[in-house]
Amino acid sequence: MANIALEINDISKSFFGVYVITDISFKLEKGNILGLIGENGAGKSTLVNIVGGIHQVDKGNMKLFGKLYAPKTPRDALEKHISFVHQELNLFPNLSIADNIFIEKYPGGSVIKHSEMKKRTSEMLKWVDLDISPSTLIEKLSPGQRQLVEIVKCMRINPDIIIFDEPTTSLASKETERLFKLIKKLKSEGKTIIYISHILTDIKKITDDLVVLMDGKITDSGKTDDFSINRMIKSMLGRDIMGRKYPDKINKSDEEVVLKVENLSEPGIIRNINFELHKGEILGLFGLMGSGRTELTRVLFGIDPYKEGNIYIHGKKENKLSPEKSIKNKIGFVTENRNEEGLLLEGNVAENISLVSLPNYSSKILKFINTNKQKESINEIIERLKIKIGSTEKQLVRSLSGGNQQKIVIAKWLMNKPSIFFIDEPTRGIDVGVKYELYCILNKLADSGASILVVSSEIEELVGICDRILIMSKGEISSEFKNREFDNEMILTAAFKQKSML
Amino acid sequence: MASIEKPLNKLIKLVHVDSFLRMFLSQYFILILSILIFLVMWPVNPNIASPRALMNILENLLPLFIIAIGQMYVLIIGDGGIDLSQPSIIGMTSVIGAIFLTNSVNELKLGSSVLWGTLLGPDGGPFANSPLATPVAILIMIIIGVLIGSINGFCIAKFKMPPFMVTLVTKELFLYIAIWLTQSFNITGLPDSFIEIGRGSIWTIPYVLIIAAVMGVIASIILKRTVLGKWLYATGINSRTARVSGVPTNRVIIFAYAFSGFCCAVGSIIYSGRLLQGSPTLCRAMLLDIIGATVIGGTSMFGGRGRVSGVLIGCLFFALMGTVLNLLRLSPFIINMVKGLFILTVALLDVIRLRRSES
Repeated sequence: MANIALEINDISKSFFGVYVITDISFKLEKGNILGLIGENGAGKSTLVNIVGGIHQVDKGNMKLFGKLYAPKTPRDALEKHISFVHQELNLFPNLSIADNIFIEKYPGGSVIKHSEMKKRTSEMLKWVDLDISPSTLIEKLSPGQRQLVEIVKCMRINPDIIIFDEPTTSLASKETERLFKLIKKLKSEGKTIIYISHILTDIKKITDDLVVLMDGKITDSGKTDDFSINRMIKSMLGRDIMGRKYPDKINKSDEEVVLKVENLSEPGIIRNINFELHKGEILGLFGLMGSGRTELTRVLFGIDPYKEGNIYIHGKKENKLSPEKSIKNKIGFVTENRNEEGLLLEGNVAENISLVSLPNYSSKILKFINTNKQKESINEIIERLKIKIGSTEKQLVRSLSGGNQQKIVIAKWLMNKPSIFFIDEPTRGIDVGVKYELYCILNKLADSGASILVVSSEIEELVGICDRILIMSKGEISSEFKNREFDNEMILTAAFKQKSML
Repeated sequence: MASIEKPLNKLIKLVHVDSFLRMFLSQYFILILSILIFLVMWPVNPNIASPRALMNILENLLPLFIIAIGQMYVLIIGDGGIDLSQPSIIGMTSVIGAIFLTNSVNELKLGSSVLWGTLLGPDGGPFANSPLATPVAILIMIIIGVLIGSINGFCIAKFKMPPFMVTLVTKELFLYIAIWLTQSFNITGLPDSFIEIGRGSIWTIPYVLIIAAVMGVIASIILKRTVLGKWLYATGINSRTARVSGVPTNRVIIFAYAFSGFCCAVGSIIYSGRLLQGSPTLCRAMLLDIIGATVIGGTSMFGGRGRVSGVLIGCLFFALMGTVLNLLRLSPFIINMVKGLFILTVALLDVIRLRRSES
């Protein structure tokens, strides 16, 4: 019987009563590379976080080399020789490579043995073919080099199992190749690897076995060689891609161009962006993390600057963009991170909903607020969006559900009657019933003549509600699909393939 | 942070019931506490109810209130907002106002000042004995106060410098500029019309009371009923959300600090009048009282919360405590320790409140 490194038995985990993963079981053979794929929110991160000791299971158990394994903290996982290379690297840019590697446990006890530290670091760097001094500061390294340092850091504890979470998002293709060589080397030394990635072609290249998660459950598993890209996609999204309900689209978009972007560039972030948004249109923008899609909307709204290019709003060229200006131009922006940038969590519902449109309800000179008129509008919009709350004054937003919170952010912007609407990850962290409501809201908005740009990492969501879809990859627009004659297979394949350039 | 969490969480569990916590933090708690202290002190030392003691409390309360309103605005906008430079703005405006007001200057003391011969002479300043002296001085004091406040606000908003750092620096800077201008001496010879503002009354209502009432009402109206007020709170609760939602956060921050400077200038008018002198170290040790009164009055150090009525009650508490501890003949050092302990307790309760809401 092959040596089973890790055994996952019927694991379920819930947050605030909502089950994120249910009845997950699989066995991981020693020396194998297991690929873990699934959409955003499918449960991949939660699962590996459980293995890594960040979360505790509600049900089920794990066995590590046959022995029961139940880590309570990440330290427990480290002590059992399980290493984690996170998507967002946990390095200190202001410290050296050696410091980063040994910061958990400096050689020598109370007095640090610097020479030993340097020697060991050099050896480890040699192992990954990284030819730089151990005293180099992290901030001087490229993303690819930093990732190698992160891997070296993991090697310090001599791990048996290494988990890679989306390792290639900030890597160029040469660096990706180097990473794969390294992973194969790790495998040859008997290490067991779990590899999470969106990039299905990479998964095909490097993994031996495959587990597919969808909505918290395993939908498919087996040897990677037995999987075609199509089979992977079908298992990730469900047999019936259009099975999720979307409102019927009856609106037809105009020819009138409300937003025109020409050669927009910001070095390192976006490059040569060209597109037009028409009146009444719902335009989708798909891209994985690091593709520049969120950054593009932030530039368009005026939060972040841009180096080159032209932006025309309602035909007029706009130079110095800012949130204030965009709001005057009747543009709305629901950001992807409502907790950090969309909501006043410690504020009440009225304060949140009224925030953008405050000047509209005030007298000209002294800016006194006409509270009656404002209250009326607030109540009207709460009803329109079906936001379920008690008192607008007393209810603090932080105690509301994700769906209601998102509706409040949308309500805030709708109070200003936007003609252009950017919305980033509209249904993130929201349960299925409310998702449909949100799609209806967007649909109605477009019906009334507003133009919407929807950014999302859920391709089927975009397929369900958009007139057109643009696909972004590594800062550029790589393809466009028009007129709702979407060939699902074609889009999904284009979406999940890595653009092989740069 | 992990090492602080365990004892803090234990403490949070101690202060278990939410309504218990709300009671402690309610501004009415402080008001009731103040009344209790008063009642408890009455049999111990009946002097506390004497017209002189009551007047003393009121006189301490009102100018503190005026200045504390400014501090409250700065605390409300959050992101570590604080104005440590208030005492120095008071001192600076006091000195500059006095320069324009004075009608006789002691050559022995101020002869070595850089201003001697230019702005100051044995017969006073540029407006000595002129009926314009008082209005001009008031105007200049206010301008200087707003100017220094704006400098604070600008550095914090535009250059993103930490408020603690910026206001600490301006505090020291303007203190020593003021001392240098007067060679550390006070400027006497202020005209009666100016002194009247700090000390006088009209129809038995002290001018101070009128000024404090007007400022309190205006400050409260701005916060409760205007767009600016909503912007101040929004910036304090979450400046990133505010920014994305179109709030001109930079301008709001500069306004808050400029307003603080304005309040200091007005407070300085009153304190200088009472002292009969322009003094560079006027109110130098008052920071504890100002911040204490603001925080005890329910203004959160983390931003987004604060009411004028709360500040009023906080000032009442501090003025009362000061008088009571004085009547008990406690040394000023002990008095300050007691005040400090109160502020620490309230600050801790503020942190607990915030942690509970985060969990």
